[in-house]
Amino acid sequence: MMKRVNTEVLRSSACLALLAVVALAGCKSGTQPNAALKPTGTGAAIVETSGGHQVGATGTALKDPVVVQVNDEQGTAVPGALVQFQGPAGVSFEPAAALTDTSGQATTAVTLGGIAGRYQLTAVTPGKAKPASLDVIETALGYQQRLGAILADKYCTRCHDPESSAERVSNYDNLETKPHAFTDGNTLNKMSDADLTAIIQYGGPALKRSALMPPYEKTLSLAEVRALIAYTRALADPPYQPAGTVYAHK
Amino acid sequence: MQSIRKYISSAWQALFGDPVRAFGVVSLVLLLALAVTPTKEHFSQWHSYQRKYLSLIRDRGDAVSMRRRFEPGIHQIWMPELGVVDRCTTCHLGLSEASLADEHQQPFRKHPAIPHSVDGFGCVICHGGQGAATTVSEAHHSERDGEAPILPTRYIEAGCGQCHQNAMAGTPQLNLGRTMLARYGCVRCHAVTRPDGTKMMPTDHPPSLVHVADKTTREWIYSWLKDPQAYAATATMPNYKLTDQDASDISAYLISSSKPQPGDTSAASVKNASAGSATNPADGASLYGQSFCSSCHAVQNAAGNVVGGDVGPELTRIGNKVKPEWLNAWLNNPRIYDATTPMPHYRFTPRQIATLADYLHSKTDADYGANVQLAAATPQQIARGRRLIIDGGCAACHEINGVQTPQNFAPDLSTIGSKPLAQIAFLPGMEHTVSTYIVSKIRQPRAFGGAVKMPQFALSNAQTDALTTALLAQTGRSRTIPDTLRVAAAEDTNYQPAGHAGKLMTELACFSCHRINGRGGDMAPDLTYEGSSVQRQWLTDFLKNPNTLRPSLIRRMPRFNLSDSDNKELTDFMLAVYQTSAVDPDTAPSATNPPQVVEQGRQLFYSKFACQSCHIVDTKTDKGYIGPTLTQVGSRLTPAWTYAWLKNPQALRPGTAEPNQKMSDEDARALTAFLMSLKGTSGKGAKQ
Repeated sequence: MMKRVNTEVLRSSACLALLAVVALAGCKSGTQPNAALKPTGTGAAIVETSGGHQVGATGTALKDPVVVQVNDEQGTAVPGALVQFQGPAGVSFEPAAALTDTSGQATTAVTLGGIAGRYQLTAVTPGKAKPASLDVIETALGYQQRLGAILADKYCTRCHDPESSAERVSNYDNLETKPHAFTDGNTLNKMSDADLTAIIQYGGPALKRSALMPPYEKTLSLAEVRALIAYTRALADPPYQPAGTVYAHK
Repeated sequence: MQSIRKYISSAWQALFGDPVRAFGVVSLVLLLALAVTPTKEHFSQWHSYQRKYLSLIRDRGDAVSMRRRFEPGIHQIWMPELGVVDRCTTCHLGLSEASLADEHQQPFRKHPAIPHSVDGFGCVICHGGQGAATTVSEAHHSERDGEAPILPTRYIEAGCGQCHQNAMAGTPQLNLGRTMLARYGCVRCHAVTRPDGTKMMPTDHPPSLVHVADKTTREWIYSWLKDPQAYAATATMPNYKLTDQDASDISAYLISSSKPQPGDTSAASVKNASAGSATNPADGASLYGQSFCSSCHAVQNAAGNVVGGDVGPELTRIGNKVKPEWLNAWLNNPRIYDATTPMPHYRFTPRQIATLADYLHSKTDADYGANVQLAAATPQQIARGRRLIIDGGCAACHEINGVQTPQNFAPDLSTIGSKPLAQIAFLPGMEHTVSTYIVSKIRQPRAFGGAVKMPQFALSNAQTDALTTALLAQTGRSRTIPDTLRVAAAEDTNYQPAGHAGKLMTELACFSCHRINGRGGDMAPDLTYEGSSVQRQWLTDFLKNPNTLRPSLIRRMPRFNLSDSDNKELTDFMLAVYQTSAVDPDTAPSATNPPQVVEQGRQLFYSKFACQSCHIVDTKTDKGYIGPTLTQVGSRLTPAWTYAWLKNPQALRPGTAEPNQKMSDEDARALTAFLMSLKGTSGKGAKQ
């Protein structure tokens, strides 16, 4: 009898230990260096070429790959250097490790994890003296934020996003009072959810701002307004820190 | 042997030697036996999670109220009508704790905001897995008979799709997947039945091949069959991985079975016009632009980007494909070759046809199919081609002479999302989940064995994921949920306008772009209430020469060379039939108003409602670029429509971007008066 109980104890404590390891490893689930890759070059620095600051849905692949470049001390691209990509739990890279090509660049396709929020990905190259690394930030949108993104695309970004595309010309330059971009964390982070709700529902004049911002109370439901706010919060740069209860941590 | 027996007898003597000792031993054994269950529970996985949860919330500011909401023991959400017995909340304790929004480790994360509550639907309906299990491995990863691991987050919209058959704003991936099932021909081979018993119907338009020899050559068909995407990057036809012999035989059958269509190639007047004098290539490019061909057809530009719409086929190498005489006849009237084509009958003049045909024929890639040399087909080849066509299911999509449309050609996918794992032949090294199986099957169908007929589709990862999501929504559970929870799919009606006007609208393919009474495309405005909306003179002029209402749009109404009588017929019909009772001419403001009311409206336009942020009424000062230009709106819209629109735009056109400004009757009247005063002058302001 005692023996059975003992195995039970052992099993659950082993499980707990394993969970703890997974939880700890989750913070930086590193990828094993690929044995097949034989680096022929070593760099001193690593810089981002493209693919940072993308926004995708949770659990899905980002639209564009992340491309980084390995440079030596003089800033010249280094071909054949090993680059390893790491990220929080749930993020996957294809490939997770690569050698830089002839122009010193390494490319990986990123699939975001299942949790909404900001993902800090790291590209590491073993340098001559010490490893060089680069942080790349990507954003994953959950259900609510993605609904907000779709609504924003329909109702908001034509004015709030100064960038034009071939399919869609921005109205930003045509406006006398310039609207704030949704990424403008310096301004939007200071506004409470209540203020943002008010300005979306009742228009600019509700906060003594420009009437160029129309009221959407009758057009969007409260859930849709909340989704829009959640989306702007997810995009904010610098990141939005909710001003809630501050908990005392031991 | 002797010693063992001696040992047992001495042990027996020691334990049960006298009655008191025997009683003590038996009691002890009983006590231990009784302690097994509580001990097991104490050391169970969920119990340790509950202890961890308590220590997590201990230091929080609202620990007291969170502690009060915490109930020890196994939690269960039980909904017999949904077949839900979910114990997930035993470990996932913080699902509805708002203050755990900053917690990033499972199992204590707050559930992200969604339209449903956990208490109302449980967890496994959306997430899959085993709700009744109380260990992580059983709940999340079980592969036992009748069980399946939980759904990966990337396909979570499949959960929504079990009840919601309609397209929702919050599920873009599911919507795309369902559109693709209908658009890429999936449902032509595979039957997909929705839980309410309706069948998913295809929305694509695979060309009929009964007159294919009029249109193209055997050599082109051969090259196309070998690799459709080599001809056009955006081609939706999949690659059947045919051998040279197969492609040669199939093309032989298609050409030999094709029956000539009178009128396809013998447009004599057109030929004469073309032969008359050489056309200017620059004219062709500008006619292509003016006719807004790119709204539906894409062309790959020098930078390799495919630019244009996807309603019609890509035209990058159209010169390689079509015969010149067929192209002339097609541009003259596409409905002769294909009565159901989405392409409008433009009513081009012979000169225009020659110009456009020459321009399109210049889109030829000299390298494409240059090495294809096919010997004349033998009867054996033709017979073999027909058999390959039958075996390959070509006629599931294409109409082919001498081959019947196959019924139930491929496996039914109505409940593929809950296919038992035991029935799936996984490839070695493959993760044992239905989602992985579907993804692999779409990506590399032939990897599952040489006998698999499913062709290779050229899909991006996002498209594959979307298709997988739509298929995972086809579960057995979705068939057992109560009818009250089901949201039906919004399918096109089969509305067909009657009479000569109806015939004209079919010829002009209005429904390819416009939606009327629940049928048609979404590229252009819904015309269901157009008769209430616009004035007669404007509609007549617009059909004659469509000028631009929304300067920022790149897809615009093309110009059809309608005769005056056809124009009048169409105008009369639209004004008479496409009316709504929501627009009441009797209570609306009149078209002309006193100057002070107009001025009041102008004030409202510029200050209170700031309409200039999206609209232009004065091309000198206003720059708003989102809504239509309003410089001539007084000549375009009826006052009754304008008034009703200002009061509630979404009531007249659901989903329109203009916000409902909660306007008072007085404000709406004044604004209508101002807008009706904007008559513009012909041509002014429209040429933005």
